[in-house]
Amino acid sequence: MADDREILRELWDGKIPVSFQLAQEEIYTVEQPDPFFLLVPRLTYFPLVTDKVYRHMVKHVDPDHGEMWLEFDNQPLKWHYPIGVLYDLYGYQSELPWTLTVHFKNFPEDELLHCPSKEAVESHFMSVVKEADALKHRGQAINNMQKKDHKALWTGLMNDKFDQFWSVNKKLMENSGEDAFKSVPFRIYQMDQIPVQKLFKPVDDNGENLTLKNLLSIALPDLEEKGILSRYRVVTQGIEPPLDVPVGWMSEHLSYPDNFLHICLVSRGHSES
Amino acid sequence: MTEPEDTSPASVTAETSEVETKPESPQAVSSPDVKQKLNLKVDILLKPAGDAPIMKKKKWTVDRTKRICWVSDFIKKYIKMEPSESLFLYVNQSYAPSPDTDIGSIFDCFGSDGKLVLHYCKSQAWG
Repeated sequence: MADDREILRELWDGKIPVSFQLAQEEIYTVEQPDPFFLLVPRLTYFPLVTDKVYRHMVKHVDPDHGEMWLEFDNQPLKWHYPIGVLYDLYGYQSELPWTLTVHFKNFPEDELLHCPSKEAVESHFMSVVKEADALKHRGQAINNMQKKDHKALWTGLMNDKFDQFWSVNKKLMENSGEDAFKSVPFRIYQMDQIPVQKLFKPVDDNGENLTLKNLLSIALPDLEEKGILSRYRVVTQGIEPPLDVPVGWMSEHLSYPDNFLHICLVSRGHSES
Repeated sequence: MTEPEDTSPASVTAETSEVETKPESPQAVSSPDVKQKLNLKVDILLKPAGDAPIMKKKKWTVDRTKRICWVSDFIKKYIKMEPSESLFLYVNQSYAPSPDTDIGSIFDCFGSDGKLVLHYCKSQAWG
């Protein structure tokens, strides 16, 4: 694990340049607002980085506006997915900066959850961390921690403090002896589909490491059977890992701060168009 | 606290008229037709925590594609809460799944003995 610490740092530092533009039909003032540019960490969540976007745009909309939400290419963006997941799923290989539309009206109730505050993001984040540990260690690692450790995970992420975050997160990533992962927390995303999540042991009955290819065939048996898996790019953290990578290694090194592997299947046709 | 003490069958609606029957009926899963449907549906067991009122009928069969927010709305109606009141749902007595999570995924990861136990609660119970 220690040898691969550089990978964790690289991922932590991953950023996406984003251009935020107010929806044309919602502009209320004569003056057109300029686009707002931000370099946002892949591992964080939009509500944690868009305060300035809100302040910049809100002056130009009807004072009687609703909650701010974001859209890319007619696709409302879920705030409770890490930004890197949204980019890999909807914007992979699109031109940079990634151009998002900012809305204050017509909140898509069916598609998005409301985000009343940063506490809502924290509570969502901690829930996912707990779910991940329930899958990896039957919840023992997270339950053995103190409240202040939980807080350190959250503030480490929120304030971009790598060392603070990993000083706690390493306990959740313990994967040897009795603490070996029982199963790997993962979700596989495809556009317009419910994410796939199942139980997946990283090691088979003979002690062999199972690979990303094994994971895909268990999680997506339909694609495997029809032989159309090759039509998709398998993307996580902005990279396309070789399919023979052991999933246990991926879980330790390529998981998001919520301790889940978020893997996107991007249609090759779509990403090249 | 103002939750109704009265959870008698008389106060439930037509939708939940089977409350008088035993929650688990062995015949229900024995026919091949129903077995077929089980691939698309899963059994959930709803248990109260904290000060939440119990549900007379605890075991329900729901579509795998139904979301947590749907289950939450269903419980609220059943125990006669206002839609604006908060209800928290927990898996494994440990974490609160996101409202847009589908029941099927949670069942696959945390179901045991053919059913998924969900605890519901009017205030945050775990974490």
